[in-house]
Amino acid sequence: MSTATSGTGPPPAADTTAAPVPSPWRPRASRALLVVPAALAVALVVVPLLGLLAGTEWAQLPARLTDPVVRPALWLSLVTTLVTVAVCLLLGTPLAWLLSRADGRGATWLRAVLTVPVVLPPVVGGVALLLAYGRNGLVGSTLEAFGVRIPFTPVAVVLAQVFVSLPFFVLAAEGAMRGIDRRVLDVAATLGASPARVLLRVALPLAAPGIASGAALAWARALGEFGATITFAGNFAGRTQTAPLAVYVALQEDPQTAVALSLALLTVSVLVLGLLRGRWMR
Amino acid sequence: MSLDAHVLAHRGGFGADIALRARDGEVLAVLGPNGAGKTTALHALAGLVRLDAGHVRVDGTTWADAHHHVDPSQRAVGMLSADHLLFPHLSASANVAFGPRSRGARRAVAHARADRELTALGIGDLAGRRPAQLSHGQAQRVALARALATDPRLLLLDEPLSALDPATRPHVRAALAGRLRDFPGTTVIVTHDPLDALTLADHLVFVEGGVVVQDGAPAEVVARPRDPYVAHVVGLNLYAGTAEDGTSVLTPLGPVVTAGHEHRGPSWVAFSPTAVALYPERPHSSVRNVWPAVVQSVEMVGQSARVRLAAAEGDTPVIAEVTAGSVASLRLHHGSEVWVGVKATEVNAYPS
Repeated sequence: MSTATSGTGPPPAADTTAAPVPSPWRPRASRALLVVPAALAVALVVVPLLGLLAGTEWAQLPARLTDPVVRPALWLSLVTTLVTVAVCLLLGTPLAWLLSRADGRGATWLRAVLTVPVVLPPVVGGVALLLAYGRNGLVGSTLEAFGVRIPFTPVAVVLAQVFVSLPFFVLAAEGAMRGIDRRVLDVAATLGASPARVLLRVALPLAAPGIASGAALAWARALGEFGATITFAGNFAGRTQTAPLAVYVALQEDPQTAVALSLALLTVSVLVLGLLRGRWMR
Repeated sequence: MSLDAHVLAHRGGFGADIALRARDGEVLAVLGPNGAGKTTALHALAGLVRLDAGHVRVDGTTWADAHHHVDPSQRAVGMLSADHLLFPHLSASANVAFGPRSRGARRAVAHARADRELTALGIGDLAGRRPAQLSHGQAQRVALARALATDPRLLLLDEPLSALDPATRPHVRAALAGRLRDFPGTTVIVTHDPLDALTLADHLVFVEGGVVVQDGAPAEVVARPRDPYVAHVVGLNLYAGTAEDGTSVLTPLGPVVTAGHEHRGPSWVAFSPTAVALYPERPHSSVRNVWPAVVQSVEMVGQSARVRLAAAEGDTPVIAEVTAGSVASLRLHHGSEVWVGVKATEVNAYPS
């Protein structure tokens, strides 16, 4: 600075005016730029939930939940989603294990195929299921010969739910299994453990948190399943009408029953996810 | 021979062509720099890496060759790595019992065996702890107990002490040495720590670039290294040369005078860094081998100084170990010009 060397100019303190002065409104403005859209995002999720709570006639609730349409639907949803989760665990776990240990192109392609139901519109899934298991379908025509008919039965409900939720389970479980230190599994093998024992006694306990969260994801997806179910299994009360289908039907005739059923689904979902979170998903 | 192996295998960019033979009760140390193929060879013995060619035979049974591959779970091996790799969800005792259980022992028998193994290593009181509740040294001992609990014919130790802190290492080394003395099978220990090799092993195998560069009993290898890496590990100055008469060997340093040797032709010349004296000017003493040199670096190792020099016309590396007093009086630093002297009686020459 010339002022410092000449010694005749204004005191150096005057220089500070040249420095950029932090204007008080700018950080506030830029914070608002973040906070406003974030708050809007929260509102988009929370407002509908509040709407559901506000629209409920609480005094009528117990009566609504024992309604002859509501109870069988809730029961069917509970049973079919549990069967779906069991199928995911029994069939999806070995698949996830094999995928986690494979590195070839085949495994990459298989993984890609398994991801399709995640991005596929559920109604399209329902059409696909119908064409596979339907009377003239790929597998259905053979089953028909044995007198087995799948569409529009509770079995179809489970098949539709498995179709949409198995990928969620397999991808989550495989991710957890891939996270296991390969060398720990190698040590187990050198100790004499057969591949099945390595899976059961080492890999599964270590991947348990991932498997549990995969099961929770799969269960939530199965509970909410609508499009594939109504297309492939139909909407027969007491037989294939799951809770989401019952909500949709009730909304047109008896909105308060739909509200009660929705509230029940919301409560069960939040409870299960909350329990899993406390136990396994930190 | 209880172990007779010729491992030809590759993994990633590393290939190995290493022959290993040992008798029962013998401890074989495989030394070499990183990427030399040591761990690949060890994993080939365990069955975690397939052989391209060669063979692995233990007690006359073929575990692997170019066509056969016995699964790791069917080989009588025990493995211990730098990281303990204990099963985090099992107690120390259950970790050790895992091997016997996998091989069909009943629960009570396996756990009794586990407790015996842990007690033998002085950690019987830790049986109920999970790996997360153990120190590094304790966990490594549990892992050793686990490797031994299946009565392996072949015990494979991959840098077993390298991940331990310096304060813990001697204790685990002592525990390991004690346990290896009683071990009836063959042990192969991979390490880059010469102390591990010299204190634990009966036979040393030096590996570089996937091939064996020297092997022999520790005392022989220490006295007569035949490879620059081996010389570096055992801490000697080593030069390849030609013995033209009975008193001198022509090396990159120039002619090195010895106290007399029998052989002629290709020869190694070795002398200890402590035999190297440094002078400010050309010495007019009885020292027969003197060369001008430039100091490359000086570092303190314990009570003495390690001086790296480039000597003679070829700038041949020489390492000298001198006292701190010499460093001060000669004012040694990078670029100092000094004279290097080695007495003929300190030079060891042997045929290559």
